[in-house]
Order: sequence, then C-alpha cells, then structure tokens
Amino acid sequence: MKVQIDPARCQGHGRCYDLSPDLFTEDDEGYGQVVGDGVVPPGGERAARVAVSNCPEKAIVLVEEA
Amino acid sequence: MSVDDRFVRDFREGQEEPLGTRSEIITGPVSDWASDFSHLEPEWAADPYPIQDELRARCPIAHTERFGGGWLPTRYEDVAAIAYDTEHFSSRAIIMSNYRPPRDIAPVGAVPPISSDPPFHHDARKLLLPAFTKKEVAKREEAARAFCHSLIDGFEGAEIVDAARDYAQHIPMRVISDMLGFPPEDGPRFREFVEHALEGVNLPPEQRVANMGELFDYLLEQIRDHVASPRDDLTTYLIEAELYGRKLEPSHVAGTMALLLIAGIDTTWSAIGASLWHLAKTPADRERLVAEPGLLPTAMEEFLRAYAPVTMARLVKEDIHWRGADMKADDWVLVSFPAANRDPAQFDRADEVIIDREINRHAAFGLGIHRCVGSHLARMELRVALEVWLERVPVFGLADPSAVTWAPGQVRGPRTLPLRIG
Ligand code: HEM
Ligand code: SF4
Repeated sequence: MKVQIDPARCQGHGRCYDLSPDLFTEDDEGYGQVVGDGVVPPGGERAARVAVSNCPEKAIVLVEEA
Repeated sequence: MSVDDRFVRDFREGQEEPLGTRSEIITGPVSDWASDFSHLEPEWAADPYPIQDELRARCPIAHTERFGGGWLPTRYEDVAAIAYDTEHFSSRAIIMSNYRPPRDIAPVGAVPPISSDPPFHHDARKLLLPAFTKKEVAKREEAARAFCHSLIDGFEGAEIVDAARDYAQHIPMRVISDMLGFPPEDGPRFREFVEHALEGVNLPPEQRVANMGELFDYLLEQIRDHVASPRDDLTTYLIEAELYGRKLEPSHVAGTMALLLIAGIDTTWSAIGASLWHLAKTPADRERLVAEPGLLPTAMEEFLRAYAPVTMARLVKEDIHWRGADMKADDWVLVSFPAANRDPAQFDRADEVIIDREINRHAAFGLGIHRCVGSHLARMELRVALEVWLERVPVFGLADPSAVTWAPGQVRGPRTLPLRIG
C-alpha cells in the first residue's frame, strides 16, 4: 500500500502530519508531503486510513498495490 | 541605502473615499429564518444550531433582504462548493454588512489575502505561509504555556472567574502581539478593534469608517516605529517583503497587519471559550480529559467541529442560478462552516459532541485556497490553553448558565463565561 498527496488539492491543513507523522511531513509552507516514497510499512495501514479520512480537502490517495 | 519613505505620509491621504454601495440597515426580530435571516440578532447569537438544522432540513439555502440581500447555505456540500468556486464568488468583502466595496478593489481587497481573489491571492498568501507552519509556531509554545500559567496564577483565591474575559481572550492577544511586535500592554485596545470590525456591523456607516480609522492609525504608528527600528517580527517582515520585485504597497502592509490582528484574536478566543463552556457543562467529558490528557488533540478537533467559531462571506460576482437559488450580482453569501460541520449527511451523530470521534473531516478552518493561514497557530494555542487549564483547574462548572453571553456575528464564542472553580 502507498500514500500519495494530490498537490492540486492539498491546502496545508496538516491533519495528515498531525495524525500520522510516520507517513507524512510538512514542507516550508506547511503543505503536506509523503515521507520517502510513500510506501506504507507493515502495521501502518491504519495510520494511513486515519490520515485519508481526516484530510479536509480529500487530497490523500491510497494506492493499493497488487 | 534608500530611505523607506512609504509610510512617512499617511497612505490614506489623498485617497478618495471608495465609492461602493450602501444598503439600508435593517434590525429587529427575524420573522422567518428561511426568508429573513440575520446572524446579528440575539436569538442566533444565543443558539444558532437549531435554526441551522431546521433550515438544512427544509430549505436548505436561506435568503434575507437585510444587508442589501444575501444567502445562507446550510449543507456541507453547498458550503464546500462555494468555498471552492472563486470564479463565481468573490472575497472582495468577507464580512456581511450594509456596505459593499467597489468592484475595482478586487483582486487585492482591503485586507489581503483574506479579501483577495485569484491570481493575486496566491502571492499574498505565500508571503505569510512560512511564518505560520506547524514547525514555526511550535517555537512559541513554551512562552504561550508560561503565559497561560500566569493567567491562572491570577485566579488565586477566587471562587468564580470569567473564563472568557480573564483567560481565553488574553492568550491569542498576547501571542499575536508578540508575533507582530506590538507592546503587550496594548491588549485592551485590540479587543476594541476586534469588536468594531466584527460586531459593529449594523452601526451607521460614518461610525464604522471612524472605527476602522482608529485601527489603521494604530497600525501606522506601529509601522513607523518599526521603520525607524527594525526587529525580528512580522511587522518588519511585511515592511521588507517584496512581491513582483517591489516592496508591498503601504495599504497592503497595513491591511495584512489588520487581518492578522483581527483574525488572530477573536477566533481563537472563541474556540478556547467554547471548549471550556462545553467542559463546564459536561462533567463526564471533563473528567475523561483530566484522566486521559492524550485524548485532548482528538477532543479539540471535535470542539472545533461542533462549535466552529468562524463564518465567512462572499459576494456573488454575476447573476447566477445556483442550486435552486436566484442569486444576483453583489448578493452576499454567508459561508457557514459551523452549519456545514453539523450536517448529518457528512457526519455521523452530527448534533452530538463525541470527544473521541476518530473521523473528523470538519471545515472549521475553511476549505480551498483561503484555508486559515493561522490554523497551526490556533491549534497550538487551543491545545496549550486547555492543557494548562485542565492541569491547574481540573474541577469546574458553570457558575450561572444564564449569565453566559455569546458574541453575535460571523465569529461566535462566549464573551462572558462565569465558571465556579473553587
Ligand atoms: C480557532 C481559531 C481560528 C479559526 C476557527 C479560523 C478560521 C478561519 C477560516 C474559516 C478562514 C477562511 C476564510 C475564508 O474562507 O474566507 C480563515 C482564514 C484566515 N485566518 Fe483564521 N481562524 C482561526 C485563527 C487564526 C489565527 C490565530 C490567525 C493568525 C494569526 C488566523 C489568520 C487567518 C488568515 C491570515 C486567513 C486568510 C487566509 C487566506 O485568505 O488565504 N486565523 N480563518
Ligand atoms: S491533511 Fe490534506 S490538505 Fe492537509 S496537509 Fe495533509 S494532505 Fe494537505
């Protein structure tokens, strides 16, 4: 599983890096960034879903890998 | 080095009084909320939620002839759509009143970036973002915490304190005046500026102009002081800042300072006060948070959802038939984030305060390009204010529920909140 942020939608509310700091961080203007390549480590699925369902702009995409 | 002479003359001199349009001031009891709403009447200030719920179920976009004509969407979906649609809805005025500034004030507006439309908005906003990131505002946490403790030290011996007047209001005032580099003892003047800007909406126009004049006189004084002796603060930053290769217009510098002062104070004061009000009347939630301090960040988001303090306005750009409403150019639209946050189509048990709500996609800080620049700062202040309060005053309740008063208008929160703490 992978997380991505759609930069066209992200407005920097920061819910993702507040709630799931292992997966997300902020840039110098407060916009969300995925940590590393966005691959969710084992056990991190819940943190990923919490971030997705709390982003006010619906900017986070979960990519389920086959 | 050339001398910065932008502020030697008062930048308002020689400017013509902007024309704009004035509408008749209509006050008094609302006859029907669907066709005559007013967010300035006492019934709304006391408890707007049943009104919003009823409108959402039966309307869902209310209208009023007051303020020269305006609309009030109450569903999350409609509020979000308007916040995102900067093509049809302008931010050239964001406080619904009886005065509409002239169209050519767009896209900058009087208090950028909140009054700005694209494309200018993006650039004016970008100037502010780096100072307001989560990482940057974390540097102010320690001072904010010490200040909260000092306010509670001041309660020594009291059985009843006013949590709005003696606690909540002071915290954002101190934080923003430190950030702007204003003398901390000027706090009481800020309160006046805030009340004038946000609550004095139905005053006669001459009075409103005079009130805003006082705010800008104060800001010009501070700017001149900073030009003479620059410091490491937001005022000096804005004086030095450049856009499109040039320093900012004097009116932009002062307008943004006015925005930070007004938007920074009243809003956070309201959020802290409403959270304490909820805990004072809900002992089970209070006891749980005292026992489980780690739940506070989650509970805080729920207070922001359920008691969202801020409603913004837009002006309709051109006549448009919008989701069943016949909107005319220059009609107001109240973008009610508080009503959106209680829409049962968006939130389970929307009318209940559930302090461990895990999924909480609320819109208290707005949606889209105008997302509150101060949201990270406000969250830090709210968390610290509640943490310190709960640590120092774990047992408290409403001293007299009927004595609680709420600010009317677009920023709503307790203004008198007597709590029994002894
Ligand atoms: C709990 C406290 C607060 C709430 C609920 C709140 C809410 C909001 C909302 C809903 C907007 C969107 C306006 C729109 O769509 O037109 C906004 C914008 C803004 N807020 Fe806040 N605010 C709070 C605290 C603060 C603080 C502490 C500051 C800074 C000192 C601040 C500065 C701003 C600025 C500069 C904007 C304009 C952003 C733009 O137009 O791009 N706010 N706020
Ligand atoms: S929560 Fe959403 S909008 Fe906010 S920073 Fe993260 S991705 Fe961006």
